[in-house]
Amino acid sequence: MSETTKEAQALATPAADPQAGALAAGGANTNTPDAALALNRNPLSRQIAEADPATLVSVTIDGIEVKVPKGTMIIRAAEMIGKPVPRFCDHPLLDPVGACRQCLVEITDDGRGRPMPKPQASCTTAVMPGQVIRTQATSPVAAKAQNGINEFLLINHPLDCPICDKGGECPLQNQAMAVGNGDTRYSDVKRTYPKPIPLSAEILLDRERCVLCSRCTRFADEIAGDPLIELAERGAVEQVAIHDGEPFNSYFSGNVIQICPVGALTSTAYRFRARPFDLVSTTTTCEHCAAGCELRVDHRHNDVMRRYAGDDPDVNEEWNCDKGRFAFVSGRGTDRLTHPLVREDGVLRPASWPEAVNVAVDGLRAAGGAVGLLPGGRLTWEDSYAWSKFARVVLGTNNVDFRSRPHTLEEAGFLAHAVAGTTVADSVTYKDLEKASGVLLVDLEPEDESPIVFLRLRKAWRKKHLRVWTVAPFLSNGSRKLGATLVPTAPGGEARRIEGIDDDLDLGSNGIILVGERAGASLGTLTAVLRLAERKQARVAWIPRRAGDRAAVEAGLLPNLLPGGRLVEDPSARIDVQAAWDVEHLPTEPGLDADAILGAAADGTLKALVVGGIEPTDFRDPADARRGLEEAGFVISIEQRLSEVTERADVVFPVSLFEERNGTFLDWEGRERPVHQVVRPHTLVDDLRVLVALADALGVDLGVRDAAAAKAEIDQLGRWEGPRADAPTESYETVEQVGERDVVLATWRTLLDAGRGQDGEPLLALTAPTPVARISPATAAWAGLDGDAVVLRTDRGQLAFPLVVDDTMVDGVVWTPRNAPGPSVAEHLGLVAGDVVGLAPAQATATDDSTGGVA
Amino acid sequence: MSGFRTHFDNTGGVGPDDPAGTRIDASTIAELEELAARYPEKRSALLPMLHLVQSVEGRVTPAAIEICARILDITPAEVNGVATFYTMYKRKPMGRHHVGVCTTSLCAILGGDEIAAALEQHLGVGNDETSEDGAITFERVECNAACDYAPVVMVNWEFFDTMTPKKAIELVDRLRSDEVVVSPRGATITSWREAERVLAGFPDGRADEGPAAGTQSLLGLKLAERNGWRAPDPADVPAPSQEEGK
Amino acid sequence: MTDTLTPVLSANWGDERAWKLSNYERRGGYQALRTALGKAPADIIGQVKNANLRGRGGAGFPAGVKWSFLPKDNPNPVYLVVNCDESEPGTCKDIPLVMASPHTLLEGVIISSYAVGCHHAFIYIRGEVLHVIRRMQQAVREAYSAGYLGKGILGTDFDLEVTVHAGAGAYICGEETALLDSLEGRRGQPRLKPPFPAVAGLYASPTVINNVETIATVPSIISNGVDWFTSMGTENSRGMTLYSLSGHVANPGQFEAPMGITLRQLLDMAGGIRHGHQLKFWTPGGSSLGILTDEHLDVPLDYDGPAKVGTGLGTKALQCFDETTSAVRACLRYVEFYKHESCGKCTPCREGSWWLVQLLARLEAGKGEPGDIDKLLDLSDNIAGRSFCALADGTATIVKSMVNYFRPEFEAGLHTPAWELFPYEKTTAWYRAGAVAESGATA
Ligand SMILES: Cc1cc2nc3c(=O)[nH]c(=O)nc-3n(C[C@H](O)[C@H](O)[C@H](O)COP(=O)(O)O)c2cc1C
Ligand code: SF4
Ligand code: FES
Repeated sequence: MSETTKEAQALATPAADPQAGALAAGGANTNTPDAALALNRNPLSRQIAEADPATLVSVTIDGIEVKVPKGTMIIRAAEMIGKPVPRFCDHPLLDPVGACRQCLVEITDDGRGRPMPKPQASCTTAVMPGQVIRTQATSPVAAKAQNGINEFLLINHPLDCPICDKGGECPLQNQAMAVGNGDTRYSDVKRTYPKPIPLSAEILLDRERCVLCSRCTRFADEIAGDPLIELAERGAVEQVAIHDGEPFNSYFSGNVIQICPVGALTSTAYRFRARPFDLVSTTTTCEHCAAGCELRVDHRHNDVMRRYAGDDPDVNEEWNCDKGRFAFVSGRGTDRLTHPLVREDGVLRPASWPEAVNVAVDGLRAAGGAVGLLPGGRLTWEDSYAWSKFARVVLGTNNVDFRSRPHTLEEAGFLAHAVAGTTVADSVTYKDLEKASGVLLVDLEPEDESPIVFLRLRKAWRKKHLRVWTVAPFLSNGSRKLGATLVPTAPGGEARRIEGIDDDLDLGSNGIILVGERAGASLGTLTAVLRLAERKQARVAWIPRRAGDRAAVEAGLLPNLLPGGRLVEDPSARIDVQAAWDVEHLPTEPGLDADAILGAAADGTLKALVVGGIEPTDFRDPADARRGLEEAGFVISIEQRLSEVTERADVVFPVSLFEERNGTFLDWEGRERPVHQVVRPHTLVDDLRVLVALADALGVDLGVRDAAAAKAEIDQLGRWEGPRADAPTESYETVEQVGERDVVLATWRTLLDAGRGQDGEPLLALTAPTPVARISPATAAWAGLDGDAVVLRTDRGQLAFPLVVDDTMVDGVVWTPRNAPGPSVAEHLGLVAGDVVGLAPAQATATDDSTGGVA
Repeated sequence: MSGFRTHFDNTGGVGPDDPAGTRIDASTIAELEELAARYPEKRSALLPMLHLVQSVEGRVTPAAIEICARILDITPAEVNGVATFYTMYKRKPMGRHHVGVCTTSLCAILGGDEIAAALEQHLGVGNDETSEDGAITFERVECNAACDYAPVVMVNWEFFDTMTPKKAIELVDRLRSDEVVVSPRGATITSWREAERVLAGFPDGRADEGPAAGTQSLLGLKLAERNGWRAPDPADVPAPSQEEGK
Repeated sequence: MTDTLTPVLSANWGDERAWKLSNYERRGGYQALRTALGKAPADIIGQVKNANLRGRGGAGFPAGVKWSFLPKDNPNPVYLVVNCDESEPGTCKDIPLVMASPHTLLEGVIISSYAVGCHHAFIYIRGEVLHVIRRMQQAVREAYSAGYLGKGILGTDFDLEVTVHAGAGAYICGEETALLDSLEGRRGQPRLKPPFPAVAGLYASPTVINNVETIATVPSIISNGVDWFTSMGTENSRGMTLYSLSGHVANPGQFEAPMGITLRQLLDMAGGIRHGHQLKFWTPGGSSLGILTDEHLDVPLDYDGPAKVGTGLGTKALQCFDETTSAVRACLRYVEFYKHESCGKCTPCREGSWWLVQLLARLEAGKGEPGDIDKLLDLSDNIAGRSFCALADGTATIVKSMVNYFRPEFEAGLHTPAWELFPYEKTTAWYRAGAVAESGATA
């Protein structure tokens, strides 16, 4: 390989961070059709395109004149014009630090006609008008300086590249090749440490590989707000460290593995499992939540080895959460469905596809029109669309609802009014959050429920002093990290609180209100939010939790909505859809919502259910959900894995995992996020194909036979341009009178919990927060709680939790996580947020073995 | 002279807690909080707080790190990062007295090396180790801003000037046998822990002990007095200066 | 013109209980404060500027100019921070000053705070000087009782709090931005500049940081006038200052003299190099600015003199070594200091000092390898001017200047241990030619 090719390979950097480029340079393959997209994503070139040209500063780098915004660091300007300067500590999304000194360049004219006497760190030196800069490409001074630093970095670095995870995608390796020496002049003793040491269950640290760039510690502090790793010691012994007994359990910890420019931080799960050059990378979208993170999924021999955050400046920038990064094995267990099942004599047995389809069709025919569909919120847009069309065209019903969670009619109205039929062009976006003057969070804990929204809000708070308020029962750690002001509110009391909030809330001229999915279950809240938005001239965005939720709304997986925001009850909207679908008639009345579907199945009004990826424990009352599934005359389950639903189904159709599908997610912004097939499917198909087969067998043409066709039809149908639904007008009720020793439950799902998507990843689970119960000091006193545990009690049972007395907690409220491992409040106590629960001191013995356990 | 350690086994944090538990009680916590309240931003109190912790615990312990972190609303990792950065914070149990011998270039050459070697041999310890009787923790320290008194030995951070190996051995022996030892440019030696308490900002009333200055510090002054040299008389300044600036 | 020695800051050091407020006042202490409080703050800044009082902490930046960099429209409070971290090898002037006369510093602090609009000043003292800290703490308490500190100082509407803050052992905390991080309860690592402390220093507020001696000099300027101050010293280096003479000198100690005195003059007063020996090399400004030799005895020790011969005035810490000293050994021990004190933030300092120590240790032991000397110089070149802060420049400078003046000694390190060429027992302070070495103390 010629010197120049080597250098080009080592330094070529399509994305802002050469790490991303280093992989491509290292020889990894890519099967992503639009990898070239990355080239257009340099944030600086975008910034320039958006800037007033008169404000730009002109400098000359290696003879090339370039105009960049004032304050731009030289390293950014240089890489934009294809003159990448090697670097370690620099990262475009971290504050400049200038620690590693690898990026030294020569400034032959400081803009006032004088050369600067010493080489300057290009990552911390801002451009000055008229500056003349020479990088290692044209300056012997810069080249010598860089060579010297590189040599220093290597003297104590082990030469274990052949067994290092980073070998092949390592900036240090690449830069040693590009600017380093062929041989070493160092003949003395290398610094060694006992190795590796765990920073958490997921992350291992090999200290002797570390170049002390402090990217990881700065990430933890600046970006995640979790400074649980910090530099310790000083001088030659400086090292990254945790405090013993407090591991780096941050929701975002995995990012540090990715930004580490050497192999010092490795993933416990991935360590020693593959070489980068044997991996095939695919760009896709994370299926775990509605944040829409771009992912780079690396597989080898048809097995996903690891997932990295993709680099999409509009969405996740270069970050993702640990769930998105590490939780990808849940579909790989022995409970994976690989062939259809039909029930015979009460037992499920394997069946052929034709047989299963026949059984299903018979069941549906027998039910007549009395069918309900519960597709769940984890589908691609295309799959959702197929479900929606299947319900209306094939089964002739509006009894379809994706909401497998507590919900209200008010919420359906809100979604029809404020969400359905909007696109990213007219929605609140991540960028808008960054530019907002004030943000109000309502029933939304971004860190738990939409982690990338959390990161963007935190960035806005750190960089632009964004003010955040949160309508919540206590000031969570996540809220603290946003500098948020608590608007203390008990569950159920949101609407009343919001009606009276005006004087305490100064959202400014560019305010945004973000509502979470829990708002939909608290009567009057969404109505109050819309009214507040009008009073404050603020914009509203709905931030659902699941990756499929936003597209489900768009596809019409609601009893009141057809695709594109069209109202079931609006004749002209129906005609629009009828024409597109080439049908004479669509049902005219709104259908039943999910709770009602289950209720109707239980009382025999509905004869059959078609069920997607849902869990009984997701519902307001898991017992009711189970009863509906059990009493329904006929249940078709379309699933990836054995579940409580398949257990109760008459026919089960196995479907592919997300890494095996193509399609589109819509993130909370309404932005289209491509889902690309990463590995070859297990001979399995997606939901859409199952529904097509059923439709075919029922003699109805669904009109689309694969995701691409579905997407084309979605696009052609487009969004509804006609009148929108009216805003909901629900009035709030007062919170139920609570009895003595009773308090109201506040609860939500923490990011890491017992969710099914996280199954099979024990290391990730080890980093999850310990389930606790939080109450205010006054409530603790009133309930006589002075121990370190508390029992929550309903007529169904009781559960013990470690007790946290929290000064910010609203009196008369107890918070616990909704879906913690072990017996849960949902399952065991039948509780949702806003329900009344009894509190009692836990017996001393109960606390020991019953963290979140049965008391 | 300069041994190389290629292994840094016990680095990155402080030694484990004493099995008997921490000695930091409610009154220490109150004092730690008092320190935190002395500053516009409470984190500023961390260095003094760690000094105070040392006066109670005899070193920095994991429990102390957690307590400081809680008071200051920062993470234990952040406190650990600070506690391991500064050389005066100790991770292992300390002796009653800390004896530091300056071995930076000038003191080393003027005899600090010999003093250090003599003490190591006499006490049977290496650098940063405590004598078996628990009396003395020995350390080679860096330049202690007393170069005109080289070679310098510090006892609980009090000066012992122009030392020799013999004087140093006598000094540690007197410390070991609890004799009264007075610093020639400081106070009566108490203990390392008591010194740490003063450093934390809780005075011990000994400021008035000892001289204002040692001989070396006064050398120029005495010469000037002897020769009648003094700064110009302001009333009789020769040439007016050029008015710059304004 | 002016006398050879001009004790001002050190004038009361020999007084009985000089550190007590009453004794300080008896000598006219706190009169300058009364004068200052009668003037407009801008006038005091003007006087300090006109006196051309340059920083005594090493860099020599004009104090009045620094003060005038404070932004006028910043809503945050202004802080004054006194740098008493004195740790540069050879430097030993601030510590005796505060020990003997803490009120000299404190009066300077109050006047300077008044001038820059500061209402909370901090005195950051290295932790390893217990008695100095005691005296400073006590002086502050006395000043509060006497109404020199607190609310409404001396009946004016000027308020000032002073906090004495002990460090915990880190030379780098003398670097002003590392000091600020340390004072904020962090690891003492230098900060990125800009922003400079004057704009965003302590708690991101406008902050003035000055050396002890700089601040302690302010009262004398206020009392005696600009002309008085500028009548001492040389063209660009006005006033009197403390010179610290140490090492193989018959009588080491502190000398307060007008700027521009020479080492020859100082040595004369100190009885010369110890009996029977000759000067081999010396540091004009602590070890960080490198060494000079006996050729340089007549270099005026002002801000320009040492600079003209490739070094700097630094902290006026004149460490003298005689011909018994091995340059290799001295160099190694300096570099060990820099290695020990490197904060670890930047690569050249952290790794470079690690490497240099190993290399120099080999040379000291006579186990050098061919090419080692050039490597020493090349590594120093790769450190100098490449590091984050000036600490590593000190590392490179001491190595380069040592090799520059004593290359043959380093070359001898390829085959002969330094202790054979320069028997180490001869360098000790107690060594007398012909006398028996003391108590088996040889290394
Ligand atoms: C490594 C390093 C150590 C320093 N140590 C000290 C010190 O101990 N005392 C001091 O006053 N200045 C020290 N300085 C200089 C300070 O950064 C700063 O320039 C000085 O405090 C400013 O005060 P002055 O202008 O009054 O001299 C040091 C600088 C460096 C780079
Ligand atoms: S030169 Fe670098 S490593 Fe050394 S003290 Fe300065 S910042 Fe720290
Ligand atoms: S990349 Fe510029 S100093 Fe590290």
